[in-house]
Amino acid sequence: MPSITRAEVAHLARLARIALTDAELDHLAPQLDVILSAVARVGEVAAADIPPTSHALPLTNVLRDDVVRPSLAVADALAGAPAAEGGRFRVPRILDPEILDGAPADG
Amino acid sequence: MAEPGLAADVITGTAAELAGVIASGEVSAVEVTQSHLDRIAAVDGDVHAFLHVAGEAALAAARRVDERRAAGEALGPLAGVPIAVKDVIATAGLPTTCGSRILQGWVPPYDATLVRRLTAAGLIVLGKTNMDEFAMGSSTEHSAYGPTHNPWDLDRIPGGSGGGSAAAIASYQAPLAIGTDTGGSIRQPAAVTGTVGAKPTYGGVSRYGLVALASSLDQAGPCARTVEDAALLHEVLGGHDPLDSTSIDAPVPPVLDAARRGAAGDLTGLRVGVVRELSGEGYQPGVQQRFGEAVELLTELGAKVTEVSCPHFSYGLAAYYLILPSECSSNLARFDAMRFGLRVGDDDLNGAEEVMARTREAGFGDEVKRRIILGTYALSAGYYDAYYGQAQKVRTLIARDFTVAYGQVDVLVSPTTPTTAFRLGERLEDPMAMYLTDLCTIPANLDGGPALSVPVGLAPEDGLPVGLQVMAPSMADDRCYLVGAALEAALDDRRGHPLLAEAPKR
Repeated sequence: MPSITRAEVAHLARLARIALTDAELDHLAPQLDVILSAVARVGEVAAADIPPTSHALPLTNVLRDDVVRPSLAVADALAGAPAAEGGRFRVPRILDPEILDGAPADG
Repeated sequence: MAEPGLAADVITGTAAELAGVIASGEVSAVEVTQSHLDRIAAVDGDVHAFLHVAGEAALAAARRVDERRAAGEALGPLAGVPIAVKDVIATAGLPTTCGSRILQGWVPPYDATLVRRLTAAGLIVLGKTNMDEFAMGSSTEHSAYGPTHNPWDLDRIPGGSGGGSAAAIASYQAPLAIGTDTGGSIRQPAAVTGTVGAKPTYGGVSRYGLVALASSLDQAGPCARTVEDAALLHEVLGGHDPLDSTSIDAPVPPVLDAARRGAAGDLTGLRVGVVRELSGEGYQPGVQQRFGEAVELLTELGAKVTEVSCPHFSYGLAAYYLILPSECSSNLARFDAMRFGLRVGDDDLNGAEEVMARTREAGFGDEVKRRIILGTYALSAGYYDAYYGQAQKVRTLIARDFTVAYGQVDVLVSPTTPTTAFRLGERLEDPMAMYLTDLCTIPANLDGGPALSVPVGLAPEDGLPVGLQVMAPSMADDRCYLVGAALEAALDDRRGHPLLAEAPKR
């Protein structure tokens, strides 16, 4: 069975955007290893010619008529926001400051 | 204020009885609501079933129902009856936290479709019930707001994730509740609290406004003290919703009629299959005993009982704990600290990714982190085929097992959960032991078919409730209610009272 290392868990946590602490990494890696060893049982089933099921219902492309419907008012949509400004969600910067500094200062 | 005797009936009566005395004018919806709010104030300090109690809003809603009735309006069969709603369901104006710190204090700007249906039918929402964080767990111990306690023994778990809903009805804080069931979160709490819980056919009840855990598995449904009450509520909740693209566009199965026919106690000609793979090692002797007796009772009621093999069910747990983490790692990406909920580390220096990572670290609990990491692993390149892909194939094989079984029998039965309620803390540090709690309930979620848990007695060794699960083909929910009601009526008749009457008085 593949065992999962502490370094792998740290990498996965970065991908999942969770800033795990060192203590959590110590704790999680062995726990995940136990769980993975158990769920790896799915590999014991010979299923080469079996189609996968992603969903209980055989539905595809459920569409509605393309008509305008009422939606949330801006104030309602922003009411639960951690920060809002000028009728918009205010978010932290998404670009690296060095990139911003190096960007041409055009209008 | 109602007389003491009347107040007691209002609290302990069934939803059907309560609706009757409200409709006849014996008591008002306001009196019924106030009695339940008083009851919550008296017992929920010990049980902790509720995360939020909406006292004033509930009384205002009750007043509206009384006014509508006074104006001569024809109201639905549950008008004026109070209900508790699991905190994973969006309720406009009422906090919805999913048992998580990341949504602490969040108030949704809209109602879930099922909440709209409750309100339209005149039910009174008392408040929001405790749950494992984002419905990940089998004990409510993963709630960020502390666990719920089992009314049968406060040192034991009430099941999960919907332990709050089950404990609320088992301790007479509400006659009805809403649960959601992704791998057993309605049925397992029902089993360990001596109450009734039904997972409708996937797509039978709208998921619009239900905070998603695993979208291909999640299904909301009724929690009640009797099968008839569950059926009454199921008929309010069910039906097509254009806002949920996976909602089934077909009439709600006739569950109330089935519950009433079942209570008459004649199952002649019904073919019942006992699932061979859902028994044996790991099943508590008292659970096996009560289950075996209930199966004998089915024979006495006229059913033809046979043993049925579903060979791939033993892989259900493994497939589920790959499919669920995969879907939840994707669904919970929406908790990114940008549009709602907690935001940590926004100091004008940190970038969005740093803020996101710090927020999710601070806002999510251990189990949620565990499953997100597991899902991220199962979906990553190089592991996808061996884990998620293979789990989806196992899902096909489990669905085929059901199809083959339903060629031979009308319903399948098993214990709802392998053991009675375990002690708080007992499995908290052993995730795999916690996951095994859902062994019997998971196959129905993977298949999509309906399943109902009904109490069948107390395990002799610990005096705690045991549940029996009835499973049926998709959109044959009525069969679950038929069998559940027949068992309930026969057992109540033998005992002389409902099982819950044996719970400690609180």
